[in-house]
Amino acid sequence: MMEIMEGSHAVANAVRMCRPQVIAAYPITPQTHIVEALAEMVADCRLDAEYITVESEFSALSACLGASAAGSRVYSATTSQGLALMFEVCFNTAGLRLPVVMSIVNRALGAPLSIWNDQQDSIALRDSGWLQFYAEDNQEATDLHYVAYRVAEDRRVLLPAFVCFDGYILSHTYEPVEMLTEEQVDRYLPKYRPVHRLDSADPISIGLFASPDYYTEFRYQIDQAVKGSMQVIREAGRQFGEMFGRDYASPVEEYRMDDADCAIVAMGSICGTAKDAIDEMRKEGRKAGLLRIRTFRPFPAEEVRKALSGVSSVAVLDKNISLGSKGAVALEVRDALYGSGVPVLDYIIALGGRDVAKKDIKSVVDMAAAGKGDLFYGLREEVLR
Amino acid sequence: MTGEQCSLFESGHRACGGCAAALAARTILDAAGRDTIVVSATGCMEVFSTPYPETAWNVPWIHSLFENNSAVASGISAALKKQGRKEKVIAIGGDGASFDIGMLCLSGAFERGHDFVYICYDNEAYMNTGIQRSGATPYDASTTTSPAGKCSTGNPRPKKDLPAILAAHGAPYVATATVAYLPDLKKKIRKALDTEGPCYVQVHAPCCTGWGFESEKTIAIARLAVETGLFVSYEMENGQVTRVKKVVRKPVEEYLKEQRRFRHLFRPQRNDAEIAKIQAIADRNAEKFAIDIVLKK
Repeated sequence: MMEIMEGSHAVANAVRMCRPQVIAAYPITPQTHIVEALAEMVADCRLDAEYITVESEFSALSACLGASAAGSRVYSATTSQGLALMFEVCFNTAGLRLPVVMSIVNRALGAPLSIWNDQQDSIALRDSGWLQFYAEDNQEATDLHYVAYRVAEDRRVLLPAFVCFDGYILSHTYEPVEMLTEEQVDRYLPKYRPVHRLDSADPISIGLFASPDYYTEFRYQIDQAVKGSMQVIREAGRQFGEMFGRDYASPVEEYRMDDADCAIVAMGSICGTAKDAIDEMRKEGRKAGLLRIRTFRPFPAEEVRKALSGVSSVAVLDKNISLGSKGAVALEVRDALYGSGVPVLDYIIALGGRDVAKKDIKSVVDMAAAGKGDLFYGLREEVLR
Repeated sequence: MTGEQCSLFESGHRACGGCAAALAARTILDAAGRDTIVVSATGCMEVFSTPYPETAWNVPWIHSLFENNSAVASGISAALKKQGRKEKVIAIGGDGASFDIGMLCLSGAFERGHDFVYICYDNEAYMNTGIQRSGATPYDASTTTSPAGKCSTGNPRPKKDLPAILAAHGAPYVATATVAYLPDLKKKIRKALDTEGPCYVQVHAPCCTGWGFESEKTIAIARLAVETGLFVSYEMENGQVTRVKKVVRKPVEEYLKEQRRFRHLFRPQRNDAEIAKIQAIADRNAEKFAIDIVLKK
C-alpha cells in the first residue's frame, strides 16, 4: 500500500518488520525520529524487542555487538559525530563478523559543527569492513533495510551493514512510500539463525588476539567476505525485485547512459536532482547521463568500468572530502577506470547541507566538458581572494 | 585433576608465574559454573588467556575492546532475556578498563540496571602496557608514568573509590575481595551472581611483575594489604556496608617494604613523612569500616 510518510517513519516501520530482538541507540539529530518511533512501537507492544537506552553511541554499537554475538538480530541508527564515536566499535564489529544493521542518516562531521547533510560520516568508515548502501529516495531507504539484513546475515557474508540516506533531505521529508506487509517481509527475510553464538551448551571464544603469524589471514578473509558479498547482494536484490517489483540486483543504476557523452557519478538524494537536470539537458540536445552508486562497499568497480568506458568525460559529485586528497567516490572511480584514458573530474559539492539545484548540476557538466574540475564547487568568493 | 575437578579456566595460559589475575579467573569460574558467559576487556587477562588459536576459557567468552565490556555485557544480557535463556553474564576488566577508560560504559550499564556481574581484577596500574599509573594506583606507588624521582614520591593521588561510585548507582550488591582469601572471593562471586541487577566485585590482585616482589609471595602480599588496612574487604547491600573483614592491624610499613614500587620510601633514606601519610590512609580506612579487632589484655 502506498502511503505518504516521513522518511524516518518509513524506515522505522521497515525496521519493525525486520523484527530485531535488541535495539540500542542514542539520540542524535537528524536520526532521532527513527529511534523515537521505534521506542513508541516497543512501548505499545507493536514491536517485541529489548530497547536499550544507552549513554552514548559507543555503547549503542557495543551493546548491539554483544547482543548479536549472543545470537539476536539487532538494530541501531546514528549519524555524524555519533558514528565517529563508534569508530573503534565499527572496525571491531566487522572483524568479529557480526551482522549488525545500522541506519546512517548522513550528516556532516565537525568542526565546524553542522547538523546538515553530506556523506562524510559514513565515508570516513569506508575501510571498516561494513557494507555500505546509499539510498536515493525514501522508498529505497526503506527497502534497503530488508535487503541489508538478508545480505549481512547470509552465511557467505556475515558482515555488518550501513543503510545510508541523506539527513533531512530524506529523513525529514514526506514522500509516497510503498510499505511491505509483515507477511511479505517474513517471506523475504527469514528468522535469524546465527552461525555461531555465545552459548553455554557449546562454548566458543570470540575475539582472540592474533600474532603477526595470523593477523594478515584474518584481514584477508574479511576482505574476501566484503568482496564476495557482491554476489549475495545481486541475489538478494534480484529476489526482492521478483517478489515486490523493485529490483536492487545491480549495485549501480544507469540513467540515460546509453549514448551519454558526459557521465555524472553520484550517490544518494542528489541523484534525483541530477536526473531532472539531465532530462532538461537532453531536451537541449546535450548528452548527459548519470551513474548512481548504490553499493559503495563492496565497490562495484566492474559495473563502473563497464558503464563509463565509452564516455568522453566523467564528473563525480562527492559529498565528502578526504582532506589533502580528493573525494572518496572520485578516487574509486579513477581506480576503476585506470588505464582507460577516460578523464575523471572531481567536484566536492553539497557539504554541510548546502543546497544543490539543477543549474549547479548543469554547471558541473559544463565544467567537465571544458576539462575544469578537481575542485570545491560553488565556493564563496571571499575564500578565494 | 579429573572430571568435575577440571577447571573452567584451563591451565597452560601465558600468565606470569604468581599472577593473581589468573588465580582470580579460575576462582571466579569455579564459583560461577558452566552456565556463564564472560566478556573480557582488553588487558593482561585477555591477552594471556587467548592467544589465537588457543583459549583458556571453557565457558562462552568474548572480547571486543578495552573500554566496552560492560556495554557488550548489556547487549548480551538483553539478548538472553529476549531469548528466554538463563545463563549468567560476567564482565571482567582490569583496573584501567574499569576505573578509567571503561567508566562511561560501566556507569551506563549500572544505571540501566542490567542483570550482570562486573568484576574488576585490580592490580593497581596498567600492567599489560608496562606498569603505567591508573585511577586505581595507590598514593606514592612508583609506576612508569608516575616514577619516583628527585622531586616526586611516586603517584600523587589516592585511589579512586569505585565501589562507592557504583553503589551510588543503586547497585544492589557491591563487594571487595582479594586473592588472599579464595573461599571468601568465591562466596562473594556467588552472591553477586544470585542477586538480580548489576553487581560489582572488586578483586585485589597483586602483580609481582608490576609491584616488584618475588612470584611466590603473591598471597602473602595480598594478605598484608588486608592486615595493614590499606585494602579493606567488605560487602555493601543496597548502599549499606553489611560485612567487613576485621583484622589485628599491622603497620603499613610491613606491606610497603616488600614491594619495589614503594622502595623509594625506604632507600636511599627512609621517608618518614610519606610513610606517615600512607599510614594515615590505612587509619582512615580502619575508622571508616571499623576493621580493628581490639585484643583483650
